[in-house]
Amino acid sequence: MKKIGILIEVKDGEIKTANYGVISAARVDDHELYAFVLDGRGDAYKDELQEYGVQKVIDIYKEDGEIPWNPEIWARAVIHTMKHFEINTLFGLTSAQGRDLLPRIASSLDSPLVMDCINVNVADHTVRKSQFSGKVLATIRLSGHSYIYGIRPNTIEPESAPCEAEVISYNVPLSTGKMLIKEIRQPESAGIDLTEAEVIISGGRAMARAENFGVLHECAEVIGAAVGASRAAVDSGYAPHDMQVGQTGKTVSPKLYIACGISGSIQHFAGMKTSGVIVAINTDPDAPIFEKCDFGIVGDLYEIVPMLTRQLKQALGN
Amino acid sequence: MKIYVCIKHVPDSAANIIIKERNKFDESVKYVINPYDEIAVEEAVRVRERDGDSEVIAVTLGKQGAINTLRIALAMGANRGILIETNERPDSMVTARALKAAIEQDGRPDIIFTGKESIDSEGMQTMYRLANALGMPAAYNVVAFSVTGGQVTVECEIEAGARQVVEMGLPCLVGAGKGLNNPRYIKIPDVMKAKRKHVNQVDLDSLDFEKPSGSLEILELQPALEKRQCHILKGQPEEVVQKLVKLIREEGKVF
Repeated sequence: MKKIGILIEVKDGEIKTANYGVISAARVDDHELYAFVLDGRGDAYKDELQEYGVQKVIDIYKEDGEIPWNPEIWARAVIHTMKHFEINTLFGLTSAQGRDLLPRIASSLDSPLVMDCINVNVADHTVRKSQFSGKVLATIRLSGHSYIYGIRPNTIEPESAPCEAEVISYNVPLSTGKMLIKEIRQPESAGIDLTEAEVIISGGRAMARAENFGVLHECAEVIGAAVGASRAAVDSGYAPHDMQVGQTGKTVSPKLYIACGISGSIQHFAGMKTSGVIVAINTDPDAPIFEKCDFGIVGDLYEIVPMLTRQLKQALGN
Repeated sequence: MKIYVCIKHVPDSAANIIIKERNKFDESVKYVINPYDEIAVEEAVRVRERDGDSEVIAVTLGKQGAINTLRIALAMGANRGILIETNERPDSMVTARALKAAIEQDGRPDIIFTGKESIDSEGMQTMYRLANALGMPAAYNVVAFSVTGGQVTVECEIEAGARQVVEMGLPCLVGAGKGLNNPRYIKIPDVMKAKRKHVNQVDLDSLDFEKPSGSLEILELQPALEKRQCHILKGQPEEVVQKLVKLIREEGKVF
C-alpha cells in the first residue's frame, strides 16, 4: 500500500481548518495517510484527524521534547520522518508556514514540488494551479523519486471519511541549523490570517485614510472575518502591506470575499479570484469589479457597510 | 562583499496572455523585471551604497530579451550582469542549478538577494533550491535587512502580520518580500550609464551541472475563465443590504 504524508499545521493547540481539505486531496484509492504533527500533541489531534481518514498520526519530537519553531530544523524533521516511514509523497498547505517549509523539504530531497495546487491527481502525478496572476490555469506533471504538493487553502472541499487512527511517536535525530530564530513579534492586534480566512472584507482606495478601516473591522468582528486591503490602499498608506490582497500581496480563497471601494484591477483579482462568493460595494457603477463579482451594490461603503454590520448582527442573533 | 542578485524577466501582470500550442503562450507581450526581484536589486544596491566596496552582480536566466531586465538592474545600480541564455523555460530545479553554476564560475558570493517568488510561474521555490545547492541558509519574505560584521539579521513576515527575527552568518540568501524597501525610480542618465556596463552572456548548455533527477513539465495551459455573472442588487440601501445578507447566508454558506 502506498503511503502519503500530510504536514499538519496547528495554531495555539488546534488544527487549522484548512488542513482537512488537504487530507481530502490526499485521500485517494487505498493509500495510507500519515499525518505529521510537530508540536508534540499528536494524541490530542487523533480524533479530528481520523474523522477525515488519517490512519497514522506521527507525533514527531526530539530527545528533549518539542521541536521549537525553526523552518530549517522543521524541514529536516519532516525529511527524517519521510525517510524513516518510507514515504515519498507529501502534502501540505500553501500557507505562510507551508511556503517556508515545503520548498525547503523539496530542495533537500531534490524532489519536484508544486505550490498553490487547486487540484491534484495523485495517481498520475499531475496538478492544476493558476499562473500569470490568475489568468492561466496550468496542468503540470511532476516526475521524480518523490512528490510534494502544496495546496491552496480552502480550495479543496473537506470530506469526512472516519476511520480508527493509530498514534506513533517518532523521536527524530536533529542537529542545529544555520539560521537562528531570535524572536517572533506578534502584531498588536492578532487578527485572522488572510490566506486561511473563510470570510474576508477588504477596503480599497475609497477608504481614504487608515482610521476608516474601523468600519470594516466592526463588520469583520461580527462575522469572524479577516480584513484585507487593495494595493491602492496599501500604497496610499491606509493599511500595512501585510494586509494587501493581490499580485504583490496575499493570495486568498475565502468562501466569501467582500470588496469595499475597490475598483478591481487585474492585479487585485489575481489574489482573490478563486474565492467562493465575491461581493462588491462601490459608488462607481462602471468599476471593473462589477464585471467579475457575484453580487454588487452600487453605493457608498460608509453607508452600506455599517448597515450590513447591523443587519448581520441581527441575523446572527446577537 | 560580493553580492549577487538573481532576477527574472516576466510578462507584465497586466499583459494579456494568449495560449498557443497547448502548453506555450505568445511571448510578444510587455515584459518587466519581476517585482520582488526589483526589491532585491534595490536592497543589494543599498548595501553597497552603505559599505562602499561591495560589488553587485545581477544574474538572470532567459531568452536574449531578458537582457532588458538586466539593464534595469544595472540602471538601478548593479555593477554588471550575467545572462544565462536559453530558449527554453526551464523548471526551478534546472534554473537553480544553472544559477549556481554561473555564480560559482564568476566568484564567491557573500550574499545572494532574490525575490521571494516570480509572478509568472508562481513556483515559490527557486530561492530555496539555489540556497540548498550552495549550502547557504535562506530567509523567505524578508521585510527588514541588516548586515554587520559578517552577521545578517532579517525580519521575515510570517502569518497574520507577525514577524520572525532571524540571524544568519555569511554567506546566505535573502528572499525579498514586499515592504523591504521602495525601489528607486530610474532616471534617463542611469539608463545611459547602464548601457555601458558589462553583461557576460553564457549559454545555458555551456554550464556544467548535473541534471536533476526530477522535473516539472507543463502539459497544458488554459485561460482561467471568469464564470461569474454579476447581479447588481437594486433598491433603497436598507432593502439592498437585506437582500445581500440573505444571499450571503444562502450562497456563501459561512454562517
